[in-house]
Amino acid sequence: MPYVRTRYFCLIAALVTIALAFASRLATNDYFFFAGYVVLQYVVMSTAWNILGGYTGYVNFGTAGFFAIGAYTAVVLHKLFAPPLVVDIAAGGVMAGLVGLGMGYLTLRLRGVFFAIATLALAIVLQTLVTNWDFVGGSRGVYIIRPETGPFGHPYIQFLFLVMLVLSAISICIARAIEHSKLGYGLATIRDDELAAESAGVPTLKLKLIATVLSGALMGMAGAPLPYYVTYLDPTSGFNLGFAVNSIAMPLIGGTSSWLGPVIGALLLATIQQIATVTISSALNLLIVGVIMVGFVVLAPNGIIGLFERGGRARRRPTEKEAA
Amino acid sequence: MSALLQVDKLGKRFGGFVALDGIDLAVSAGERVGLIGPNGSGKSTLVNCIAGALRNETGTVHFDGRRLDRLPAHRRTRLGLARSFQLPKPFHSMTVAENLHVPALYTVNARHGAHLSNAQIDARVEEVLTQVGLHEKANRRPRDLTQIEMRKLELARAMTADPKLLIADEAMAGLSHSEVDDILALLLRLNAHGVTVIMIEHIMRAVTSFSQRLVVLVAGRKIADGAPEEVVRNPEVVKAYIGE
Repeated sequence: MPYVRTRYFCLIAALVTIALAFASRLATNDYFFFAGYVVLQYVVMSTAWNILGGYTGYVNFGTAGFFAIGAYTAVVLHKLFAPPLVVDIAAGGVMAGLVGLGMGYLTLRLRGVFFAIATLALAIVLQTLVTNWDFVGGSRGVYIIRPETGPFGHPYIQFLFLVMLVLSAISICIARAIEHSKLGYGLATIRDDELAAESAGVPTLKLKLIATVLSGALMGMAGAPLPYYVTYLDPTSGFNLGFAVNSIAMPLIGGTSSWLGPVIGALLLATIQQIATVTISSALNLLIVGVIMVGFVVLAPNGIIGLFERGGRARRRPTEKEAA
Repeated sequence: MSALLQVDKLGKRFGGFVALDGIDLAVSAGERVGLIGPNGSGKSTLVNCIAGALRNETGTVHFDGRRLDRLPAHRRTRLGLARSFQLPKPFHSMTVAENLHVPALYTVNARHGAHLSNAQIDARVEEVLTQVGLHEKANRRPRDLTQIEMRKLELARAMTADPKLLIADEAMAGLSHSEVDDILALLLRLNAHGVTVIMIEHIMRAVTSFSQRLVVLVAGRKIADGAPEEVVRNPEVVKAYIGE
């Protein structure tokens, strides 16, 4: 893959986003936007997961918790003073980022399976809290009335689709910028060997906290529009383990070494799930994920990206020798 | 305090096991010190306590006039204390050159008034790789390296941090005669450029020819500290190594 400077990459991402936004005008059926929203939501989620899981090597199983923090932050704000969606998203990101910071302080001393269990526990604790919080509907759930039209006069779902498209572009740009930065180097050393990283001068705790905050904040931002999408939100659906399973499976299937892996994984898997929901049954989703995961673990342990990268990946700028 | 490294009454326990018991050690700037002792005598534990991978329970460590005990390892590295690991710990997802970029970015560039541009970092990495003889493997990954190359990478990464004190933890274990000489020459060259070196080693030939002073640990206690030829004749040291 040729090296493109981060600012040009973001420019290209912006152009692609605009092109896709205009292309989506060709869709004749609103179902396209409902399905597309979910696919893009997973692009954000798996990209966010990969910042901590892929780059840093810490498997976060509490994805659903961060996602639901975003969603419930939006619910709270909606009930208080119904601000514009952008405010919900920003607040959802901040809240989930703060929880990420707290979780990081408490759990980053754990490694591997223990860290994964701790994050899963965090999601369960949060779910219990929300279930018992009457203001956001408790276990009964909460209804949010979706506005008829978005700010541009189109049906609101089309607006939500565009919002998620922009969020996808932002998260991809962040992931890609990290990958080619000093921070990216630092995170990779943590994944490879934390003791060696410290002794090379890498402030591992600080970098891990940055990764948990960024990753959590992006997940919270992805969750914030959810109440407007589903119009009825209850803890069981907001904290659905399916979010966690999908956000882990997608980067693993696509490949965790670069920003592209989670994007490919999410587009592929989420699209298959959407098609299966319509054509076969909605209960089949997780089964499909399971089967595909097993297939990839056996046949392509480094994901789809790994299949195309024989003999080392072009993670960073190649030297003259490599380019020749 | 004139010593570059000053360890006072350092103690470390693992549960009921006393790994280090009241260790005193002073190393002056520019010195070459050898640290020896039988397996399990606490050499690596001492290094880990000095470098920050472990926390000592009692005693203090001062480096360059600053107290180190409570600092995390990366801060100590930035102050100029670099170490290599007994079992090489390369960053395996990175190339050899990228491995050295890490201390350049995170240690050298974290010091005041020492910000290197990308080109300067590349030049520095190239220079260190040439010194240790790994420049032809710059774009290979650690898994393609041999044992000796892996150890050289370990030393190179510590050297890139531009340390005042380098602690080489068994950098030569398992190497052949000529390979040992290679590494010895490398460490002597570094020392000639003003880097203080503490060498932990089992290979007596290497450690006695390299060190100006030998420190002997046995069962977590320092039993000897002095000129190499005296220390190796010290009855306690002989007893620890050969038995009575």
